[in-house]
Amino acid sequence: MNLTLRVWRQPHPTAKGKMVTYKVSDVSPDMSFLEMLDVLNEQLILSGDDPVAFDHDCREGICGSCGLMINGYAHGPEQTTTCQLHMRSFKDGDEIDIEPWRSGGFPLIKDLVVDRSAFDRIIASGGFISAPTGTAPEAHATPVPKKDSDAAFDAATCIGCGACVAACPNGSAMLFTAAKVSHLGLLPQGQPERDARVIKMVAQQDAEDFGGCSNIGECSAVCPKGISMETISRLNHDLLGALRANAVPAS
Amino acid sequence: MALELFTEGDPIADTKAPTDVPIGERWSERKFRGRLVNPANRRKLHVIVVGTGLAGGSAAATLAEAGYKVTSFWYQDSPRRAHSVAAQGGINAAKNYRNDGDSVHRLFYDTVKGGDFRSRENNVHRLAEISTNIIDQCVAQGVPFAREYGGLLDNRSFGGAQVSRTFYARGQTGQQLLYGAYQALERQMGLGNVEQHARTEMLDLIVVDGKARGIVARNLVTGEVTTHMADAVVLATGGYGNVFYLSTNAKGSNATAIWRAHKRGALLANPCYTQIHPTCIPTSGDYQSKLTLMSESLRNDGRVWVPKERGDDRDPRQIPEDERDYYLERKYPAFGNLVPRDIASRQAKNVCDEGRGVGPGGLGVYLDFDEAMQRLGRKAIEAKYGNLFDMYARITGEDPYEVPMRIFPAVHYTMGGLWVDYDLQSTIPGLFVIGEANFSDHGANRLGASALMQGLADGYFVLPNTITDYLAAGPFPKVAEDDPAVVEARQAVVAQSEKLLSINGTRTVASFHRELGRLVWDYCGMERSEESLRKALDRIPEIRKEFWTNVKVSGEQGTFNQNLEHAGRVADFIELAELMCIDALHRNESCGGHFRVESQTEEGEALRDDENYAYVAAWEWTPEGEPPVLHKEDLNYEYVHLAQRSYK
Amino acid sequence: MAISGILMVLFLVAHAIGNLHVFQGAESFNEYSEWLREFGEPALPHRTLLTLIEIGLLVSVVAHMWSAFSLWRQAKRARPVAYVTKKRVQQSYASRTLRWGGVIILLFIIWHLLDMTFGAVNPDGTDSTPYDRLVASFENPFITAFYVLALVLLGMHLRHGIFSAAQTLGQTNKRRERLLNITATTFATGLIALYLVTPVAVALDFVN
Ligand SMILES: Cc1cc2nc3c(=O)[nH]c(=O)nc-3n(C[C@H](O)[C@H](O)[C@H](O)COP(=O)(O)OP(=O)(O)OC[C@H]3O[C@@H](n4cnc5c(N)ncnc54)[C@H](O)[C@@H]3O)c2cc1C
Ligand code: HEM
Ligand code: HEM
Ligand code: SF4
Ligand code: F3S
Ligand code: FES
Repeated sequence: MNLTLRVWRQPHPTAKGKMVTYKVSDVSPDMSFLEMLDVLNEQLILSGDDPVAFDHDCREGICGSCGLMINGYAHGPEQTTTCQLHMRSFKDGDEIDIEPWRSGGFPLIKDLVVDRSAFDRIIASGGFISAPTGTAPEAHATPVPKKDSDAAFDAATCIGCGACVAACPNGSAMLFTAAKVSHLGLLPQGQPERDARVIKMVAQQDAEDFGGCSNIGECSAVCPKGISMETISRLNHDLLGALRANAVPAS
Repeated sequence: MALELFTEGDPIADTKAPTDVPIGERWSERKFRGRLVNPANRRKLHVIVVGTGLAGGSAAATLAEAGYKVTSFWYQDSPRRAHSVAAQGGINAAKNYRNDGDSVHRLFYDTVKGGDFRSRENNVHRLAEISTNIIDQCVAQGVPFAREYGGLLDNRSFGGAQVSRTFYARGQTGQQLLYGAYQALERQMGLGNVEQHARTEMLDLIVVDGKARGIVARNLVTGEVTTHMADAVVLATGGYGNVFYLSTNAKGSNATAIWRAHKRGALLANPCYTQIHPTCIPTSGDYQSKLTLMSESLRNDGRVWVPKERGDDRDPRQIPEDERDYYLERKYPAFGNLVPRDIASRQAKNVCDEGRGVGPGGLGVYLDFDEAMQRLGRKAIEAKYGNLFDMYARITGEDPYEVPMRIFPAVHYTMGGLWVDYDLQSTIPGLFVIGEANFSDHGANRLGASALMQGLADGYFVLPNTITDYLAAGPFPKVAEDDPAVVEARQAVVAQSEKLLSINGTRTVASFHRELGRLVWDYCGMERSEESLRKALDRIPEIRKEFWTNVKVSGEQGTFNQNLEHAGRVADFIELAELMCIDALHRNESCGGHFRVESQTEEGEALRDDENYAYVAAWEWTPEGEPPVLHKEDLNYEYVHLAQRSYK
Repeated sequence: MAISGILMVLFLVAHAIGNLHVFQGAESFNEYSEWLREFGEPALPHRTLLTLIEIGLLVSVVAHMWSAFSLWRQAKRARPVAYVTKKRVQQSYASRTLRWGGVIILLFIIWHLLDMTFGAVNPDGTDSTPYDRLVASFENPFITAFYVLALVLLGMHLRHGIFSAAQTLGQTNKRRERLLNITATTFATGLIALYLVTPVAVALDFVN
């Protein structure tokens, strides 16, 4: 296949970026999207140009590093990660627009690479169970109903890719935060900190230049792990509960 | 014997495990004998932890909880992306929840045997003891392990064991365990107890007065090269499978941290021990950038075959039954398609070498579910393997319900790594190595679900208890930024980057990496022979020379430059590959993942030579041009009897 | 947002039912209008109920607008650089038009008040009866068309609004999601239909 790519190029955060057009030829339909970009980059390097910077690591859909806006879709036209998108989803002669995630909470670093450390700060604000090493009771001391455990797992599969933020018309990180709040809130171990957790995490999310959620649902539709809208409802439920209980976060 | 390729130095030994008490008491005895640090003094002690995978993440969190000052480094944007996230199958622990006869001793025994009797008894026993605490710890952190309807934890059984001791979280166990450690680490970061350096790559170790005192790192965003000092340095930087270019490791996984520490004096043990996994999705073309693992469980119902005729490129469905060769069933009638990983992998390579491989490049064999589908029905197959079939379909674009899957072995794990003693301390005082980066517990072959166990054992429980013995002597005198050792290390890093950027040749870094990987795979992969290894050893220095004269690296040093990052890693892989081949050549026996064609039983099984090779090969770096020095650590078996593996 | 929205919805329900008095003739409708003002008299001062409703509504509208505005501002800040190409995957028309739809509804309300309550822009002028004003307005096809347009937008706003409110109040889950969507659609369509009968009836001359 021969393709025309229009790629966002921006050498550093304060530079003015623009879409630059490249042609790539002999693209195999079995290539992954990132392998197609590898081919482009080798071309660019050999011709003395700067290769396109993009984040990636595992290339099997689990680390959450990769993430591109492809033709206006977060992670491209299939509901999967960019690394698991294959060129057979495109056809010969296609023009493909490739842009970075756009969010105030995700400042751009270079080309298609953004800084998603805001997510880590949301986790650091409360997305954990305080269980210092060595303090744990016997694992079977607390049975967990399979239903809760499975639901917690479903929420816990969020890979922190940021597609939800990228796709949300409001630039909201609600689905990500909700996934973590749900995961921990559904388990008995997560109960003691449940109120404080949701309050602190939502506060941190708001402090990070993400938008508010008006339940549009675009996030869940592009989430490669299929995190459901239900998790947002659960977050809201917990948040209202915590506010009603007048929970004041410790420290 | 390839004597000209290396010289032999003094033997080494672990001096930390208290062998004067029975094996079951050694770990508590070691903790008792080791010195402690008073909580009030811990703030003054500074530990650098490089890596945030299961090993590094759990270690950094635990040390910070204990009150030490911790600085954490990793190359991805978030600690949660460390490659541990990709582990699928599960984690072992001797909980005996199934009442099926499991015990610490059995896990210990299985691991030593699984490692083909090339690991240290003391370490493995400790690992088995700690395994149960890991599960408790992870459950307390909220890791959503699979559960049964009664609310208790579920288990499955894994290769190399007759008991059900593997805990799992669907096919994403590594992810869930990592998030547990990551959250504990983020909690400490939120509390201000851990200084963090995301997107920062360690490029050298700073050794002052014989002690590891800091690292040189490059901020991958700004390109700035910085130095960081501490009282001790912990490396948890994962495995080096990417020396093969194509592997199941993440693209960024590298040997740089351990290799540069090795060049600073840390011995590197058993580099040739690599594990190859039989059921991966094969390559589809030269552009292939990495390989994806599929659960081994597929071999329970899938039948492996290739056409009898070479070059038979008919649609597999058109090939009649009597023109197919179900070679595993033919060669191993008792185990059939369920022979162990290394055998299945090797046999697949053999049939492909005979020209009977299928798919692009002839590198693949069929894994056929047709018979199972007729026997059990499509529904049952969907229920059992649905997600794997979907993954396969997404990657290959073929429908495995219709056409047989194609599979091929791929490099998956490296048992070798920096040599450490019972305290997980390397031969450089103050340098500790944990997780896949060290060589410690798996011998010549790692059992499934044991790497996660080891990473977390090291990080949560072992290191935080052993490092105190070293730190108790601290805080050590402050090292000044202008200390000659610091300046030299920093300059070496900058000089290397500048050199790489100045060559401006005609070949890309990736092309060198691909060539090297292909070479190591062909000559030091599933099967090694003296001949193949010598070929590799002839070629690698040429590749190295060409790399340093003809590579083209774009961009500049002081910017975000992924091409430069890759170049530095490939430079190290080239050097490491050479040592791997030397190690493989010197070990004139087969054991675990190391298969020397010269050393096999009549049935084609790995044939160990315990008389001559029951030792750990720990290599000392020597400047270019001089052969590396081999130090042997003898392995003594007090509790486990040496025996030959057999799968007939 | 959800609370103010729901208060407004409650008003809408009551208002829709109130409007049905039209079908009982001018008398009944005007009486209803009177009743609104005289409710509780003499115990309560004139216009107590109506004033209360008006205050409640005003507060709701202001609160609602204020939250809508801050959401909008936050969203602006959250995406300082726009995409060159951005497509939608699942968002409904209703959810996307919430903001502009809301503004149009607000404009409608203002105009509607001038029309029905104060008669300022009403063809029949300020000192006609409510019933006359109503009939007069809807006999004009342009005014009717504007009402219809506003009502349709309102319907969409409500469809998403109701789903959204349930979600914001943490009352949805996977099982309920479908049901809720159906309920929201049915409710919004039903309510709008209820409103629409009046202008349609006038336009078709059932009421005059
Ligand atoms: C596909 C796959 C499936 C697996 N499945 C299983 C399984 O089911 N069960 C099992 O037990 N094991 C499994 N394994 C093996 C297991 O996952 C790994 O051995 C283990 O996770 C390694 O953990 P680690 O903490 O040592 O290193 P990693 O998780 O690899 O972490 C390395 C860390 O070091 C950092 N780093 C590396 N180099 C540098 C540098 N130069 N400078 C700064 N930072 C650096 C990285 O950023 C990262 O944070 C699997 C492995 C793979 C590849
Ligand atoms: C000034 C005009 C208006 C504007 C700008 C506006 C804007 C919005 C916006 C942006 C939302 C989404 C908020 C969210 O989901 O959290 C919303 C929700 C809603 N609106 Fe409006 N609106 C307006 C008028 C109205 C009116 C007149 C009504 C009803 C009579 C109404 C009822 C609702 C309801 C019920 C919701 C759902 C509340 C929620 O999701 O929390 N709105 N509106
Ligand atoms: C066809 C539909 C409608 C008709 C026929 C209608 C009719 C009327 C009439 C006759 C009045 C005056 C009542 C009086 O002064 O006693 C009135 C008032 C009002 N209407 Fe409507 N209306 C319609 C739709 C709407 C809608 C959709 C809204 C809101 C979004 C709305 C909001 C109001 C408000 C706020 C008042 C003022 C009430 C007050 O004075 O407190 N109306 N309406
Ligand atoms: S919720 Fe989904 S889209 Fe958002 S970060 Fe997690 S996995 Fe990515
Ligand atoms: S798309 Fe945005 S508005 Fe909420 S439901 Fe998802 S975060
Ligand atoms: S590269 Fe890891 S999810 Fe895509």
